[in-house]
Amino acid sequence: MTTPIETDVVIIGAGPVGLFAVFELGLYDLKCHLIDILDRPGGQCAELYPEKPIYDIPAWPEISGQALTDRLMEQISPFSPEFHFNRMVTGFRKLDNGRFEVETDEGELFHAHAVAVAAGGGSFQPKRPPVPGIEAYEGSSVFYSVRRMEEFRDKDLLIVGGGDSALDWTLNLQPVAKSVTLVHRRADFRAAPDSVNKMFAMREEGKIGFEVGQVTGLKGADGKLEAATIKGPDGETEIACNRMLPFFGLTMKLGPIADWGLNQHENLISVDTERFETSIPGVFAIGDINWYPGKLKLILSGFHEAALMTQAVKRIAHPDQKLVFQYTTSSTSLQKKLGVQ
Amino acid sequence: MTKISLVAFDGTRFDVDAENGSTVMENAIRNSVPGIEAECGGACACATCHVYVDEKWIEAVGSPEAMEEDMLDFAFDVRPTSRLSCQIKVRDDLDGLVVHVPERQA
Repeated sequence: MTTPIETDVVIIGAGPVGLFAVFELGLYDLKCHLIDILDRPGGQCAELYPEKPIYDIPAWPEISGQALTDRLMEQISPFSPEFHFNRMVTGFRKLDNGRFEVETDEGELFHAHAVAVAAGGGSFQPKRPPVPGIEAYEGSSVFYSVRRMEEFRDKDLLIVGGGDSALDWTLNLQPVAKSVTLVHRRADFRAAPDSVNKMFAMREEGKIGFEVGQVTGLKGADGKLEAATIKGPDGETEIACNRMLPFFGLTMKLGPIADWGLNQHENLISVDTERFETSIPGVFAIGDINWYPGKLKLILSGFHEAALMTQAVKRIAHPDQKLVFQYTTSSTSLQKKLGVQ
Repeated sequence: MTKISLVAFDGTRFDVDAENGSTVMENAIRNSVPGIEAECGGACACATCHVYVDEKWIEAVGSPEAMEEDMLDFAFDVRPTSRLSCQIKVRDDLDGLVVHVPERQA
């Protein structure tokens, strides 16, 4: 049996809004654990546009996605939030004692007074390439990540893509697999030039194949892949393969949260505008993932939602304590929590 | 104002008065052209505003920069006329521009 991690609040998503929620909750002595599918904090800010400037963060005329993330991490550090990266939340249930249990795909259990869904556009998941019928091969012949290299031993492997994942796995799996063919739609790559040079050198030595083109069809039966059709500049060719690894970047999906029974509005979670609570009391949704009349998907709206949600969470977690509203500018007790007193 | 036309996959044509300096993607979203998703909001970070520039307009529109070309790797059925519509800015010499929306975004 896994021993559950006991905490006050589980925050799903470590994007800017999830991070700022740690601050607001922290001021009210509420301890947070954050779960995110990415390997670092920042959510879309870190994954989609780390270097792009954002112009509508109050008091920051211009700040990059990564800088905003770094500043938030600094701001919440006094509250020692605990992060659980590379995990997807899978299970969710209400316990008999009124608390909630949240489970991840790594098997961890969390018990908390409240759950804050701050999942933005949803969890980042590998993009499925637009090849007809590919679903039938997923999990048996088609994989979107490499968990164990041994699974590809002595296989005829087709790797698709032009980024670092595609190039790194081409180089790393070449000694293990029976054959490796890399397919990319052009001869230019996003991947590190060093990996690209190594790949071309391997091709010169005849150790791997490289084809310019796009995968348009798959052949096989019962989930067992036999060949892929590649449409290139000179027409179609067929490449025999029994494993395929497409690396087409990430997309966002609501994922298992969609099955929690929360009221939804066009794939977003409906909340009220006083507490930002979902249709399940004690479960909150803040930031881009929620919907209410007049909702704007702005980072600053998410910050506001985190502050108001905190008032409601505090009442749930410590119903016997009087809620005193204080300012960080003047309150000695808040300043003590922030470590500035 | 510059006139541009967006042709949806089903053939529906959207003729739009576009402001110079705005992107083709922004005009598509404002006019609810089906098939343009623009998930990332125009940051050249998602490849879900992919269009085919009409053959006649290829030269005037020009070719994608390296970052856009990288992003196009994630698009569906990429052709030599493929562009991300968030990276095409409307200007005087694009008056009459026609772009076609693909069957689907990635």
